[in-house]
Amino acid sequence: MSRGEVAIVGAAETTELGRIPHMSQIQLHADAALNALADAGLGISDIDGVATAGESPTGVAHYLGITPNWVDGTAVGGCSFMLHVRHAVAAIESGLCRCVLITHGESGRSNVGRGGRVSAASSLQGQFESPYGGMGPTTIFTLPVLRFLKETGTTLAEMASVAVSQRQWAGKNPRATLKTPITVDEVLNDRMIAYPFTRSQCCLVTDGGGALILVAADRAEDFPHKPVYILGTGESTETPMISQMADLTTSKAFKVSGARAFSEAGIDHGAVDHLMIYDAFAHLPLYGLEDLGFCGRGEAGAFIAEGNTLPGGRLPMNTNGGGLSYMHSGMYGMYALQESVRQVRGTAAAQVDAVDVSVCHGVGGMFAASGTVIMGSSATR
Amino acid sequence: MRIDFTQVPVPVPTPETEHFWAGTLVGELRLQQCIDCQTTYFPPRPFCPTCASRAIEIVCASGRGSLASYVINQRPHPAFDGPYAIALVELEEGVRMMSNLLNIEQTPDALILDMPLQVTLQPLSDDIVLPYFEPRGSRS
Repeated sequence: MSRGEVAIVGAAETTELGRIPHMSQIQLHADAALNALADAGLGISDIDGVATAGESPTGVAHYLGITPNWVDGTAVGGCSFMLHVRHAVAAIESGLCRCVLITHGESGRSNVGRGGRVSAASSLQGQFESPYGGMGPTTIFTLPVLRFLKETGTTLAEMASVAVSQRQWAGKNPRATLKTPITVDEVLNDRMIAYPFTRSQCCLVTDGGGALILVAADRAEDFPHKPVYILGTGESTETPMISQMADLTTSKAFKVSGARAFSEAGIDHGAVDHLMIYDAFAHLPLYGLEDLGFCGRGEAGAFIAEGNTLPGGRLPMNTNGGGLSYMHSGMYGMYALQESVRQVRGTAAAQVDAVDVSVCHGVGGMFAASGTVIMGSSATR
Repeated sequence: MRIDFTQVPVPVPTPETEHFWAGTLVGELRLQQCIDCQTTYFPPRPFCPTCASRAIEIVCASGRGSLASYVINQRPHPAFDGPYAIALVELEEGVRMMSNLLNIEQTPDALILDMPLQVTLQPLSDDIVLPYFEPRGSRS
């Protein structure tokens, strides 16, 4: 895979975010797609490749009136869209299609036209995890963290600082769901959801969507906005069962995906101006900073608590407010990608100075999968 | 914390897991071990996840383990009468299982990581007996 050969030339979220009970899930995909087409100055007939998760690519293509040459229905949870970017790069480079539309839409709060997500009682999760009272991500995704805190010496207050930091970014973003500043004490004393996670360390539950359009870099300058080049990507999976993670304190999928993306991009961590780490819960940026190599073992909590990821800090992270404060429809990865695109374009609500390289890292399922996309303001650096 | 065992989602065995549930029915916690590379593993599958050998055998776990991690869920669940821990238990044999913890307070003060645990089996139906864990030395 050669770096900078493909670029994002269209990017947009749904017109509204938050509570959108007047739109079904498929319409959220379409609303975001139409906004992204307008952003790129393209019509529906210009799209010949479709990738999506949550809905089938067949359904999205037909709903939008697209007859594609290429589809990708990779669905590995919230980072699926990072994987779609990676696969789209390969498809465009190898000539399978010319212009890929990646869509996301999720009626996560209002549940309008959204399918169910229950494990069969005969699946391995159904037999060996579901009997023990897990109630979705708040009780399952969170399960490894006490082991992480013990093994790394990270404190509950340091983990709480993740929520505090991201709220500071959200305060600068008019589209963020939660904007009021909070303190570490307020986070720790908020309503307990699943010890040790309080409400403000758990993601929002909202409706929304987003879409991206990618083309070959050699025609990326022909569009209305500054192209955002794909410098490197990575993907991996580990296990659909949280109980079977190889090590509860580190994500194998994060490490594989992150290392591959950095290697493809040919950059080191010092070149990174901006970082998104998918934060369905407050512990994920801790795992992400360490597993991607931004922090040493046990250092991520203090790194965040000391303000390094805040506005003005040396590694601005989750600058839209993240899944904790901006929005979280269920599969948040698309919103992290959108924020990386905005930061590289220079159009973010809380814009970081001179972002030439943005790393966007996603998780799928509950430490089940991972995808990483490194974006740049120029094709070669 | 009390569990209403009539409200626990009942596992449905498959051909690959049938030996596990046949084991709990007769008081055994059964794992699998690779004859070629000696890896003991869980959850069940008819080949070794380390070396892919199909030469595997069923072995009985000691039932002893320790508390690897947990959360204490505060939201109501029909099978539980109050906040309850969902735990990850590391067995002596080196495999990890999800479970609940019986015969102990469901509080951060009582639930100490690495505390020694032992298996305790509870019937959910005529066919399915579910493994739970309790502090080692409990007389359940």
